[in-house]
Amino acid sequence: MIYEPSFMAVLIFLGFVGLTMGLSFYLGGKAKSSAGYFAAHGQIPWFINGVAFAGDYLSAASFLGICGMIAFYGYDGFLYSIGFLAGWIVALFVVAEPLKRLGKFTFADALNAKFQSRGITLVIGISTLIVSVFYLIPQMVGAGALITPLLGFPHWVGVLIVGATVIVIVVTAGMVSTTWVQFLKGSLLVLFSAILTIMILNKGFTVTPESADAVDRPRTLGPFAFDKVVPKKDGDLGNAVVDLRKKDDDFGTAIKDLPEMVGAHWRFDSQDKVSIPPYIIAPSGVWSVQTDAGNVWLRECQTVEDIESAGNGKTSKDPERVYEAGAQLVNGYLKGEEYGDPTASYENGRPRRQLFPVGQVSKLPEGKTETGALGPMEFFSTLSDSEVILWGKAKHSIQGLEGVNVYVPKVTAGSQVLRPGENPKFAGIRSTDFTKKLNFVSLMLALFCGTASLPHILIRYYTVKDQAAARKSTIVGIGAIGFFYVLTLYLGLGAMTSGAMDVTSTNMSAPLLAKSMSPLLFAIISAIAFTTVLGTVSGLILAAAGAVVHDIMKNYMHIQLTDSESVRVAKITSVVVGAAAIVLGILFKELNVGALVGWAFSIAASANLPSLIMLLFWKRTTREGIISGVVVGMVTSLAWILLSGPTLDGVFGFKGHAGYVPFSEPGIVTIPLGFLTVIGVSLMTPPHVEKEVAAEGEVPATAES
Amino acid sequence: MTSSSRLGLLLFGVYTVIYAAFVLLNAFAPTIMESTPVGGMNLAVLSGFALIIIAFALSLVYGYLAVDAEEPAKKEGGDA
Repeated sequence: MIYEPSFMAVLIFLGFVGLTMGLSFYLGGKAKSSAGYFAAHGQIPWFINGVAFAGDYLSAASFLGICGMIAFYGYDGFLYSIGFLAGWIVALFVVAEPLKRLGKFTFADALNAKFQSRGITLVIGISTLIVSVFYLIPQMVGAGALITPLLGFPHWVGVLIVGATVIVIVVTAGMVSTTWVQFLKGSLLVLFSAILTIMILNKGFTVTPESADAVDRPRTLGPFAFDKVVPKKDGDLGNAVVDLRKKDDDFGTAIKDLPEMVGAHWRFDSQDKVSIPPYIIAPSGVWSVQTDAGNVWLRECQTVEDIESAGNGKTSKDPERVYEAGAQLVNGYLKGEEYGDPTASYENGRPRRQLFPVGQVSKLPEGKTETGALGPMEFFSTLSDSEVILWGKAKHSIQGLEGVNVYVPKVTAGSQVLRPGENPKFAGIRSTDFTKKLNFVSLMLALFCGTASLPHILIRYYTVKDQAAARKSTIVGIGAIGFFYVLTLYLGLGAMTSGAMDVTSTNMSAPLLAKSMSPLLFAIISAIAFTTVLGTVSGLILAAAGAVVHDIMKNYMHIQLTDSESVRVAKITSVVVGAAAIVLGILFKELNVGALVGWAFSIAASANLPSLIMLLFWKRTTREGIISGVVVGMVTSLAWILLSGPTLDGVFGFKGHAGYVPFSEPGIVTIPLGFLTVIGVSLMTPPHVEKEVAAEGEVPATAES
Repeated sequence: MTSSSRLGLLLFGVYTVIYAAFVLLNAFAPTIMESTPVGGMNLAVLSGFALIIIAFALSLVYGYLAVDAEEPAKKEGGDA
């Protein structure tokens, strides 16, 4: 789609972002010493810190990724919400307080309080770096998804802007500013998402029926009666046996005689073994052949074709025309080209060739055309009896359209949208294949265990003055985050039925939903989401910088650094990590940011959680046990993800590769493996001799009450 | 181990059982999630909301009952 920036929206956006950064600079001026830079002097009030937890946590993954996943596939994205929140239970009930008693600045300091081991420091420092980078990627991808519809810039410009801004924030300010700024954004994000939800409920659902002569959306032809068997090979529609006649009209038009089917060919995709060809390619467009209870429907697909070397293109609706290399065809036309009557009201009065926005309710219960305002429960019961059109990318290449991205509409019952298993990622739970079910369990386990192991969440435990405050912070955080996650389901389903989504990007659904409701709200929400990304990214970069300065340089390499030197090294590290994040954010553009965060959780949970839990609750844990547990958890989960089907297919470009591991989510194997390693190696090595540090390291027996 | 830690582990156990039941039902009996027990809302949506609400409720219980081992003078909410 093409995005035209609105002056007002841009102004509000820039004003908000400028205000946030001004606040960062102002507060950052107060944090000069290294203790202040990393942990805000331990003086952040608990309520502020709690909402800042929400500001950290409700990042691009939640607002953009989860909403987008729900908007495209329904309920499944909400499973991420549930898992992300459940992780706080582990963080609060199991890890929070003992850790607060142990810790200083970083996760490594906490684990190391008992052992004073350089080895531990090093491996934890490395795992913190890896998890931070994996968590940074989705934030950067999300930033690009926000900038595109707002300012009309390409994705990579958005990534570059957020990267540069964050580097400036982190280098000039530090933790004080990010906590206060995260508080501001955490509360605003929840507030404005609630406002958006109320608007969704107030608007209710409106039917946009399927139509054979729609001009503002893809067309649907049918229903047809299906009365001849189709041969199992590609062919020319004119000569072929395909003789689909209009339903209830034996003497009506066979589809080969429809004007849209002039010059059409029908095609199987590379994997198909069914009797009906799933696609028809015609000069009028690419059509998906769909059957439903004996009826056949032809639904128009949307296509995106990048012209690699000058030529006519495979999808062009003007077969004579020669396009330059680098041109992009959308639905068979040169993207962005003006056409027709410029006074026609279509996209700001400038009709230009672009993809159709999608997301429609095609039927409501009892034949209604609109529902009016709906209650929060009625919203679900109404949707459940309706029918919506979901869009997905054709999984396999279609013969004759190799290299073209084809987006296919799918009419889906509302009850199906509200149940688990529609997203291809989760579809395994509906199969009989045990390993696919295991994949789902594995992901949910990683989400459950991941939160407590994230470096940028842990660091906030140290910014309040005592355990009571840390506890209260976490409760406030859980409340704010839980409330927001309830809203994600409304926001996602609202986007699904908004008619405003971009088929090429799940991540843009929530901002586009806001845009369809009100340009003002859109500007505000985009600004909040953008600054939330800024805050999350700066928190992560600080965690990474802390790992390099404290863990790797000071404690492992024994480099003596003065206060100002360590702040300087931290800043240099921030610039390097920020630059790496920019590059990766551009490379991973196509992946859903929620799914990317799921991977960060898997690595964090596998590498950090086993050592952390065993250290806190098992006195026999040894230094060697911890080192090997972290290394084994980190290496196996990382390797598993890199060797899985989705990575090989989506990131490295081996199309349709099944992967070298039985399923894609490592957690269920690598987390227990981490625990076994810690326990096994601890038992094989001599027990730790309690030194004076143990008094504060382990919970003293005298504290038993 | 402090009483707060014990309480934390107990509540953690309770939530883990609920969460595990939810995940396993979704994985091995997904059709159950399609039933609509209350007000036309299906079990998937209801149980999802319930998990979020229960998490918050348990954290409140914890905040109310937990006592600080290091600050015995502060007795707020320590009436368990």
